Amino acid sequence: MLTLEHVAQSYGAKPVLKDVSFQLKAGQIGCLLGPSGCGKTTALRLIAGFERLAGGAIYLGGQVIARPGHCMPAEQRRVGLVFQDYALFPHLSVAANVSFGLSHLPTADRNNRIHEMLDLVGLAREAESYPHQLSGGQQQRVALARALAPRPRLLLLDEPFSNLDVELREKLSLEVRDILKHEAITALLVTHDQNEAFAMADVVGVMNEGAIQQWAAPYTLYHEPANRFVADFIGQGVFLPGTVLNDKQVEIELGVLDGHIPSDCADSGGCGACAKSCKVDVLVRPDDIIHDDDSAMQAEVERKAFRGAEFLYTLRLPSGNRLLTLVPSHHNHAIGEKIGIRLDIDHVVAFRQ
Amino acid sequence: MRLIHTTLAVLTLGLTATITFAAEVVVYSARNEQLIKPLFDAYTKETGVEVKFVTDKEGPLMARLKAEGPNTPADLFMTVDAGNLWQAAEEGLLQPVDSKPLKANIPAHLRDPGSEWFGLSIRARTMVYNPNKVKPGELTTYEDLANPKWKGRLCLRTSKKVYNQSLVAMMIHEHGEQKTEERVRGWVANLATDPLPDDTKAMEAVAAGLCDVTLVNTYYFGRLMEKKPNLPLAIFWPNQNLKNINAGVHVNVSGAGVTKHAKHKQEAVRLLEWLSSEKAQNLYADVNLEYPVNAKIKADPTVAAWGPFKQNLINVAEAGKLQTRAVMLMDRAGYK
Amino acid sequence: MPEHDVTPSAIPTRAPSSGARVFSLPASAWPAALPIALITAVPIMVLLAHLLHPDQEIWQHLWQYVLPELLINTLWLVLGVGVGVTLLGVSLAWLTAACDYPGRRFFAWALLLPLALPAYVTAFVWLGLLDFTGPVAGWLRETWGMTWLPPIRSRGGVILVMVLALYPYVYLTARAAFQGMGPRLTEAAQSLGLPRWRAFFRVALPMARPGIMAGLMLALMESLADFGTVSVFNYNTFTTAIYKSWFSLFSLPAAAQLASILIFFVFVFAVLESVARSRRSYAASTRSAQTPRRIALKGASAWLALLWSAVVFILAFAIPIGQIGHWALNVYGQDLDSRYLEFAWHSLLLSGLGALLVVGLALILGYAQRLQPTPTMRLTARLATLGYALPGTVLAVGIFIPIAWLDNRLIELFGLDGQILGGTLIVMLLAYCARFLAVGFGSIEAGLGRITRSVDEAAQSLGVIGGRRLTRIHLPMLRVSLLTALAMSFVDIMKELPITLMTRPFGWDTLAVRVFEMTSEGEWERAALPASVIVIVGLLPTYWLIKHTEHAHT
Repeated sequence: MLTLEHVAQSYGAKPVLKDVSFQLKAGQIGCLLGPSGCGKTTALRLIAGFERLAGGAIYLGGQVIARPGHCMPAEQRRVGLVFQDYALFPHLSVAANVSFGLSHLPTADRNNRIHEMLDLVGLAREAESYPHQLSGGQQQRVALARALAPRPRLLLLDEPFSNLDVELREKLSLEVRDILKHEAITALLVTHDQNEAFAMADVVGVMNEGAIQQWAAPYTLYHEPANRFVADFIGQGVFLPGTVLNDKQVEIELGVLDGHIPSDCADSGGCGACAKSCKVDVLVRPDDIIHDDDSAMQAEVERKAFRGAEFLYTLRLPSGNRLLTLVPSHHNHAIGEKIGIRLDIDHVVAFRQ
Repeated sequence: MRLIHTTLAVLTLGLTATITFAAEVVVYSARNEQLIKPLFDAYTKETGVEVKFVTDKEGPLMARLKAEGPNTPADLFMTVDAGNLWQAAEEGLLQPVDSKPLKANIPAHLRDPGSEWFGLSIRARTMVYNPNKVKPGELTTYEDLANPKWKGRLCLRTSKKVYNQSLVAMMIHEHGEQKTEERVRGWVANLATDPLPDDTKAMEAVAAGLCDVTLVNTYYFGRLMEKKPNLPLAIFWPNQNLKNINAGVHVNVSGAGVTKHAKHKQEAVRLLEWLSSEKAQNLYADVNLEYPVNAKIKADPTVAAWGPFKQNLINVAEAGKLQTRAVMLMDRAGYK
Repeated sequence: MPEHDVTPSAIPTRAPSSGARVFSLPASAWPAALPIALITAVPIMVLLAHLLHPDQEIWQHLWQYVLPELLINTLWLVLGVGVGVTLLGVSLAWLTAACDYPGRRFFAWALLLPLALPAYVTAFVWLGLLDFTGPVAGWLRETWGMTWLPPIRSRGGVILVMVLALYPYVYLTARAAFQGMGPRLTEAAQSLGLPRWRAFFRVALPMARPGIMAGLMLALMESLADFGTVSVFNYNTFTTAIYKSWFSLFSLPAAAQLASILIFFVFVFAVLESVARSRRSYAASTRSAQTPRRIALKGASAWLALLWSAVVFILAFAIPIGQIGHWALNVYGQDLDSRYLEFAWHSLLLSGLGALLVVGLALILGYAQRLQPTPTMRLTARLATLGYALPGTVLAVGIFIPIAWLDNRLIELFGLDGQILGGTLIVMLLAYCARFLAVGFGSIEAGLGRITRSVDEAAQSLGVIGGRRLTRIHLPMLRVSLLTALAMSFVDIMKELPITLMTRPFGWDTLAVRVFEMTSEGEWERAALPASVIVIVGLLPTYWLIKHTEHAHT
């Protein structure tokens, strides 16, 4: 549905996007995830048609919508947009905002669509209110309804939940995903919040410094990060120093990790380049460490954060290296206490030091 | 801080400006600065008395005199048009002045019978016509311009300016309201175009052939001919040699009166006398191509070249008395 | 429970804690707003006092013979000028604020220049050029034998000239509105399938309504109060009746009564308009990082934009200033003397101080209304800005009477001599405020309306309130509106006549007073000299204004 090929953009001499390529299938919800300044918003604005690109091409439904020297005007692209600040028209009522993109429809059809959309987002009773009379969450839903009303080929969402509080953010992101899936909308979301990305998206592109670092399903990103940046940016975890023993084993201070060492154990090359006794950093996620009172392996509780169902413990190993672990909350240990742990790593992720 | 200091200094400037000196006269003038300043300068030079003046329109100046009441700084109120002078006297803003030189210098019909104001220059309102289009002998009187033979040949200035108001007022004095209204309706019926904004525009319309004759103050004619001597325009003196011995060209005055609460009454009277004197009269009238009121003085050569005429001898105060009636009459007659 | 330690999430905008502060505000807003409103209210009350003494005969006469025609004329004038200035002002503001085309940088400020020309001077020039006796008609007659030209001395002619003279008010305020809007809403409209020109009509234009209305109100009030321009055309309006009653029928009470009726209607209209937009919000959150991208006009549309700007500029400014300059050259040898330096200095000083005071008071008033948007406060603000709708001379008298009264009381009480307040610059400046508060207020009110409440609340939550919030948050955000208000009041005061005439200290003649001295005796050519000096001095602030507001966004 949406394809970006080697898209590049720069402001003056400063490159903002370098060679961005990805594809989104019809009905898929994609997400560009990255820290602020990574270029994700620029990519969004290029797709929306508010900026002209410097290189590459963008296709929508098999049609070129942007390449150097050609830029289909934003209003002809049928790309809906939900803005970070919603950009509701403050001088128009909710219903008028939603009907804004429907002026080509006969009155009856237009009214039907408005009601359909407001029902969909649960705001049927606010049709005659003005935006400033609504709560943040309601405004967000109006923005969504407004963008969906003209049945766009693609919906773009720019940090759509960042203005909302956490509770609402989680609730709404699931709601919005349901709505998008129900309407079979192809959508691309831009955010810096991985929870939002994981809750909404089928496929996520992690961006940094104007380039896509990895384009994959959330599960893959978490468990098989393609590089150190992705590993670091996605989820929690620590790197422990390790040594490659052979192409099946890595040794860290907690023991020898067996099993599958992914082919890209290093940033460059591949495992083939990871010669024996090569020094690597091994990613250890909190869920890779299991609390086991019977284990001989002991670590000292240095900090703990209560999260309701579980504790997030920061543990100190005898070597001084730290580990994170998630432990069910009935295991309440005091700071300074030593507890037993054991490793349970499915995917060994290691990068050359 | 420096800004505050300068601001304060500037603001208090206004205050110091109101401190008064002994040998001075303060004039509120509706006659323009460029017409009076040369005279006042000459007066100061001759007598050492400083003349302070402020110009404005006559209406606001009178409102100002009234509001200031006994504390007004003004000693002399100077304005154009007898109507305004009459109104100032009517509202009790002026005081009578008993002065032999003023009576001697100024003919009786050009000053207030109650001696509260005095005309200082004459403004004659006469006819200007296009000699290519008007046959000699066709023009006779103001009243005759209502005759249907002038249909589509007359241009008039708007009725909002006092000049035609006082002309109509004098006609009311002579013929009564009913006859005058008929005449004015006749004028309106003869108009070639909507009333024009000023005398100059009216004469230009005559010169351009839009109409044949109009009514103007002579100094506008003088000024226009100075700039464009080739315009096909000529002066005609109407209402001459009529049975009525008072009849003649309609004249109005510019003049002045001493204010009721003048602080420097002596100086004000002296200035007034000086203005009517032979020394000042030429300067006063010539600077604006008007006629002097002092009969001993000859008019400016440009003005004199238009030839002699007989003025209407009715006291100009009558124009002031009847001005309101005249304005209402013109409204009724549809003269805009 | 969610993790409340993570972020201090967006607090609902009406936090209960702010209630106490809101409650304490009325005490602080009124003492500031009331004295400002009184500056205008006192003169108006002086005029209203005349309603107690109706002059039967004059009223009957006016009602029967004068008013019916004048009311119709006035209605047409207001309609025509309203439509005209909106068309010219808004289209040019949009072109120069949001588009790019050849000459845009020049026109952005050049289109403001007609503001520096007194409208009646423009009117006189056009009348001279286009009337039957003028050079255009003469040339047509002699060269082509054409004897008919659309009459300039007509309803259409007055409206056309007034529109050319007054459109800059709308141009300025609409431009500030377009610039303050940011690109986001237009983008939203585009993403919903609207081309930019339609997004203009459906989003930018309605959003700019407060700004446009501010300029439109000024233009309409000025055309209602105008006497000079209409009398050049001998087009009789309601103001004509006011002056006729006063100067020709010698009835100041009747004039004051008519003026009271005039301002009553303006007041009602202003209040209705204020109520109509009070329910909606015009504040758009703009992310400052986003600079609006100009629409680059190409081909025919670029040429059309250039042509349109050029035609308006030429008609409204180039031709009048050409004629005035030509006249000025004819007389400067005779009239230009060292006193002109003094006139120019007086004009500059009075306009500068006056504009600062007007904008300062307007800011306080606008701020009071923002802090306390109660109906009473709205009414008070409307009342304070009515001075602009009054014929200048009438307002001048309304101001002068109470001041002279106060002077007389002071003199009685303290046994002083001469004037105390009358004839001081302080009174003069206050009088300017009574007249021009509307000029500053309109622009500032529209500017404040574009700042979202959340900005206030954000500042409040950071402990920045009151005066500091004003200087740290609002003034920087209001920059364009403030500069606009300053430039407009500056140029307006520079042209102002009746108040200057009536309240100036002895010897404090200005350029405008010179124009008056010459035009009152019909010496238009000689008036051209001071008029062109006004334009030159007025050029400076307009150029400066546009330069600074351009920089804010490019």
